Amino acid sequence: MTDDDRTGHEHQNGHGQEHEYEDRNGHEDNHHIKDGNVKQPPDEGRRNDQQGSGRAQGGEARPQVRSERAARTLAVPDLSLVVLIGATGSGKSTFAARHFRPTEVLSSDFCRGLVSDDENDQSASSDAFDVLHYIAGKRLAAGRLTVIDATNVQSEARAQLVRLAREHDVLPVAIVLDVPEQICAARNAARADRAGLPRRVIQRHQRELRRSLRHLEREGFRKVHLLRGPEEIDAAEIVTERRFNDLRHLTGPFDIIGDIHGCRSELETLLGRLGYALERDALGRPVDAVHPQGRTAVFVGDLVDRGPDSPGVLRLVMGMVKAGHALCVPGNHENKLGRYLKGRNVQHTHGLAETIEQLETEDDAFRAEVAAFLHGLVSHYVLDGGGLVVCHAGLPEKYHGRTSGRVRSFALYGDTTGETDEFGLPVRYPWAEEYRGRAAVVYGHTPTPRANWLNNTICLDTGCVFGGTMTALRWPERELVDVPAEKVWYEPAKPLAATAPGGADGRPLDLGDVAGRRIVETRHMGRLAVREENAAAALEVMSRFAIDPRLLPYLPPTMAPCATSRAGTGGETAGGAADEEGFLEHPAEAFAAYRADGVREVVCEEKHMGSRAVVLVCRDESVARERFGVPGGVSGALYTRTGRPFFDDPATTERILHRVRESAERAGLWAELETDWLLLDAELMPWSLKATGLLRRQYAAVGAASGAVFPGALGALEAAAARGVEVTQLLGRQRERASDAAAFTEAYRRYCWRVGAERPAGTDQLAGIRLAPFQILAVQGRSLAGLPHTEQLAMIDRLIAAEAEAAPESGAGPEAEAGAEPQDALSAPAAVPGGGRTRLLAPTRRLVVDTEDEASIAAGIAWWLDLTGEGGEGMVVKPLHALVRGKDGRLIQPGIKCRGREYLRIIYGPEYTRPENLRRLRVRHLGHKRSLALREYALGLEALDRLADGEPLWRVHEAVFAVLALESEPVDPRL
Amino acid sequence: MFLTITTTGSADRPATDLGYLLHKHPDNAQQFSTAYGTAYVLYPEADAQRCTAALLLEVDPVALVRRGQGKGRGGTPDSALGQYVNDRPYAASSLLAVALRTVFASAMKGQCTARPELPGQPMPLRIEVPVLPARGGAELVQKLFEPLGWTVEAEPVPLDATFPEWGDSRYVRLVLEGECRLAEALRQLYVLLPVLDDAKHYWIAPDEVDKLLRAGEGWLEDHPQQRVIVGRYLARRAALTRRAMERLELERLAESDDTDAEDIDNAVDEEVDTEEKPVPLAVQRREAILAELRAAKAARVLDLGCGQGQLVGALLKDRQFTEIVGVDVSMRALHEARRRLRLERMSERQSARVRLVQGSLAYTDSRLKGYDAAVLSEVVEHVDPARLPALEYAVFGAARPRSVVVTTPNVEYNVRWKSLPAGQVRHADHRFEWTREEFRTWAREVGARHGYAVAFAPVGPEDPEVGPPTQLAHFRLEGDNGSAGSKEDRGSSNSNSNGSDSGSGAMRGKEAAA
Repeated sequence: MTDDDRTGHEHQNGHGQEHEYEDRNGHEDNHHIKDGNVKQPPDEGRRNDQQGSGRAQGGEARPQVRSERAARTLAVPDLSLVVLIGATGSGKSTFAARHFRPTEVLSSDFCRGLVSDDENDQSASSDAFDVLHYIAGKRLAAGRLTVIDATNVQSEARAQLVRLAREHDVLPVAIVLDVPEQICAARNAARADRAGLPRRVIQRHQRELRRSLRHLEREGFRKVHLLRGPEEIDAAEIVTERRFNDLRHLTGPFDIIGDIHGCRSELETLLGRLGYALERDALGRPVDAVHPQGRTAVFVGDLVDRGPDSPGVLRLVMGMVKAGHALCVPGNHENKLGRYLKGRNVQHTHGLAETIEQLETEDDAFRAEVAAFLHGLVSHYVLDGGGLVVCHAGLPEKYHGRTSGRVRSFALYGDTTGETDEFGLPVRYPWAEEYRGRAAVVYGHTPTPRANWLNNTICLDTGCVFGGTMTALRWPERELVDVPAEKVWYEPAKPLAATAPGGADGRPLDLGDVAGRRIVETRHMGRLAVREENAAAALEVMSRFAIDPRLLPYLPPTMAPCATSRAGTGGETAGGAADEEGFLEHPAEAFAAYRADGVREVVCEEKHMGSRAVVLVCRDESVARERFGVPGGVSGALYTRTGRPFFDDPATTERILHRVRESAERAGLWAELETDWLLLDAELMPWSLKATGLLRRQYAAVGAASGAVFPGALGALEAAAARGVEVTQLLGRQRERASDAAAFTEAYRRYCWRVGAERPAGTDQLAGIRLAPFQILAVQGRSLAGLPHTEQLAMIDRLIAAEAEAAPESGAGPEAEAGAEPQDALSAPAAVPGGGRTRLLAPTRRLVVDTEDEASIAAGIAWWLDLTGEGGEGMVVKPLHALVRGKDGRLIQPGIKCRGREYLRIIYGPEYTRPENLRRLRVRHLGHKRSLALREYALGLEALDRLADGEPLWRVHEAVFAVLALESEPVDPRL
Repeated sequence: MFLTITTTGSADRPATDLGYLLHKHPDNAQQFSTAYGTAYVLYPEADAQRCTAALLLEVDPVALVRRGQGKGRGGTPDSALGQYVNDRPYAASSLLAVALRTVFASAMKGQCTARPELPGQPMPLRIEVPVLPARGGAELVQKLFEPLGWTVEAEPVPLDATFPEWGDSRYVRLVLEGECRLAEALRQLYVLLPVLDDAKHYWIAPDEVDKLLRAGEGWLEDHPQQRVIVGRYLARRAALTRRAMERLELERLAESDDTDAEDIDNAVDEEVDTEEKPVPLAVQRREAILAELRAAKAARVLDLGCGQGQLVGALLKDRQFTEIVGVDVSMRALHEARRRLRLERMSERQSARVRLVQGSLAYTDSRLKGYDAAVLSEVVEHVDPARLPALEYAVFGAARPRSVVVTTPNVEYNVRWKSLPAGQVRHADHRFEWTREEFRTWAREVGARHGYAVAFAPVGPEDPEVGPPTQLAHFRLEGDNGSAGSKEDRGSSNSNSNGSDSGSGAMRGKEAAA
């Protein structure tokens, strides 16, 4: 607690008058009552008290003016703008150098030098002060103590600095160095560059200084330290003091309690629920509450008005605060009550009348105690190492820990747009929507049916006095605890809003969250940069084609292929096997890479040749609404690797989601994983489903062209040969090319088959569509990215088995026609005879390999050869333990792909296997691809972690957007 | 890639004269190295009655890709063009045209020292190109070759016999038959092969126009399709120069998602109206919008989704508009707008009035706050319905200008477009098109949610049955007194459910249309 800081002090000003340092008692941020921003508007009393048009109130704050007669300490708040005032030669620079760090001091002379190469060039003063103010502004914005070393003897110069301090909501402090003219003159004379300074300049400075002294407090300086003569100056010591709102050293744990409004009984119940033991006075009235584990209660204000027992609430809260068991920030109702108790003329509206009436029955001592308590409240607190900010009506990040009238005003009243709604109440500006701070802001003020997190802020006012609930937030647990109102104590002026301020549907994220060059902090790889041009491309795709960001919590990373197999080139190969000849990619390289990284157990997973798909499946629509905030009719999402919806028709998506949901239900995954949604990484087949455009334009086109050209060309060559023309070599080559082209056509055809409506009538709409999930990425509250792949696949096998159970009589597929889905021996048959429902989910074959065991490696290679020999795309080799780090702490590639020899024709062209082509194609550079794969992986993990931690949408989206941006980096597209 | 040239003859005029004309002996197979691979000339048949010369170009596909490499990280300057899976080794494209010129240079010029009388004589020719890429299909092939006196057989090649539903490829098997001088026939092929291919291709010669003039001599001057031929032949250069400057990020994203780059990088429509070729409806739309903005006394205006800057250009011409911000999500569109508006060459006073920035209506954007008016002209229909609430909030909730002018197609009017097939939207990227009722419902709901009054106006000729081609809504912030003068007018228009009081601009549009 800071109560020990709050005792009043008395000091003398330079004129021997006594001033009570009254404003230390809580009005630290109301530093200049005469300022227009803070002044009470004349019509204030007639407006309703929720209009926050600036009325930080409280005691008349008079600045403290201290005359330093002897060696004493000068108090300087740890965040303030310290303005040194003194004639040229008064020793300001020496003083600043002795008491402050060099970087804290901004000297006008230095700035003059910066802009003009001459520290004494008075004609450069205007530019020099521009520079000085600019730097000072940057420092203050960053929350750094700043000292201005300039003469500052003219009020205009000081006014600019006071304005600067206010702009950044810090306290201006004046330190005056009043040194006799002779000494100043002597010092200047001793300096070569100032020897010629006319004596009248010093005299003018002295005159201006004298004139200024009396006005410094009125100019807005919160503290004025006057040092007279060299001795006093030399003896002075600076002591920095903490701001009252700075309680970062208190780490709780806390129980933050929302608006109470005189509901004493509910408060007692809530404290009981939170585990506090109430202590009562002789009359049985609660006067304190203690938590056995030493937790601290924090009240967000609006203790009083409207409800049945405001004095009772005050008695309890004041007792807890006094005993050090609670902290309390003021609400607008406390502010108004405080003014009433000081005898101000305030309207007895919005429940104040009830409080006044209730206070009538209390004695004067109690009322005085209340007045003193309210007077001493600090507008907001920064707690728990800076991770928690508590205030009444919310606070943007730039105001955290700041001290000014407008900070206090915002903390008490929030931000208003200046408009009024149909009930005549002020429209509140949705500041939380724009909040991007790392500190959680816990506040109250706006009654809502339930407390919801929005961008790391939460409003705890759940309208107890209006018959709602009284809510508390446990910190750092982030658990909500609430008790219902015992009755409707007060009729609301308008129905409670449906959501917390800013939490409404359809409100988009901010461009500032994604645009331009960015650095994204990741848990697994530190700071990752996104370049501007990549962000620009991602912005276009995200805006024009992607699904709602709320349903897009993840994008899959790219994956690096294995090192290029060098067999047949005379180079060393990892496997050393002669049968690697003719391969561009070979599993021996992948196994060797993981062995080199110290990864012993790897799992080889069949690589399905379809299109990457991420599936977000919620248990039902209400879960989608609750967890992801999407409108009705949507129960999840199915999207591609750039976030585009997989199907144009939402009904198809819903049908697929339904099938996955059903299987998850049957497999018992909801209960087992304690979740009501699953995020799956998967491959959706056939490839032709999504890539039709590409197939027609590129792959089939090449097949068509080659198929049509060779018969004629070969015919011509054969005819020429028959005529005795020597074309043997050319003919041989053309025949090989023809067969390569035919192999190419075969290669792409394997990944094409008809689905749904393209099939014979009678089959269901999903017929032919296969979804092969291979990882459960996340569930409610947890990222599963670190779960071993064997466990992952075991769960997915159960999902697949559950679907099979639902259609037990499935037999061999009915289709043998061309263009039908190939039936492979190892996977379960997909189709049900008789045109019934076909299976959607496809298994992923896998094999665990020990990278230290030659036999195991050989088995892995043989498995891959089988897989690709039958036309498979290939496999992905992954560390069994999924998320793995090397000995040096580096993140290890999450997977390495080894693509089949035939499949690669689709990538490197029909004729890539010809030795002269292979030789050249082996020159490929994997470095950038590997780096990209790791960076995207780290960003994907980050998105999952942020999702799991319940972080604000913008934080999740930031990482997802960065993955998309990185995907547009220039990297060899064939890798 | 492959083509054959066949001629017939008789004993006194043997077909093997073809060998003299081509400068290639019928009994040898000869090879020539060209820029893209090795060309072979050989004769499958050669006697007095019939002689066929075959030109076969063996393209090196790896070299084709790699010659473009070496710039930037990853090597390929253009991922889409750097594909190893490429039809160039098989289809008769511009590469074959280059080979023709290299191998048959003298024949194309009509030079024949041994038999100087031959080149001048027309001869019976049969030219077969088994795989001719033909953008525009068999129809265009006919149109290009028939006027030159050929009997044309152009048969489409199916994409894949296994998947007949995929339809035909862009290739045709071409057979030309007719009497023609060989040199002319070669020059026609030299020009028309790349014209039909119409590929975005990285082969650029600096003297393209001269080459076209030389090769086109004697047949191109009076060709009825001359505009198409010249346009396509030279357009390749413009396209190339532009592509070289462009960003490839979008293409990479398309590629990583197995999507055609054209499907994603399609924000700039080549067909839209320009100052040179104005589209009447677009002009009327701009005039209607300008009239609304003038009536709203707007000075600082946002053009949200400014595309290629046509409206920005129109706004710049009126001094009333002191600050004009064009916002688009497409960098390519902004680049194009900057080029069209000639921002770099504008006077400082002019250019100070205008800014073009990348932005997105799927996100709120603090830079867009505090303007007098925002225009969303033909924008909402490019947004997925599910993302419209985001756009709505970004514009009406966050940016919150005093006035918002929205135009969008009226789908009812589509039946009046002769060229538009029934049920089809007007633009491939339109995610929806609204009826008048749908638009009004949306606009009224948006207005009610965000405190704007809405008035509607038609743009373009209003059809008594299906309404105007374009519909316009003008949203005005309620309680706004920034344009008190016009407020009363708007009051009456609110009550007018026909929304026919559209302001003078729309009226002018109507007159222009009438």
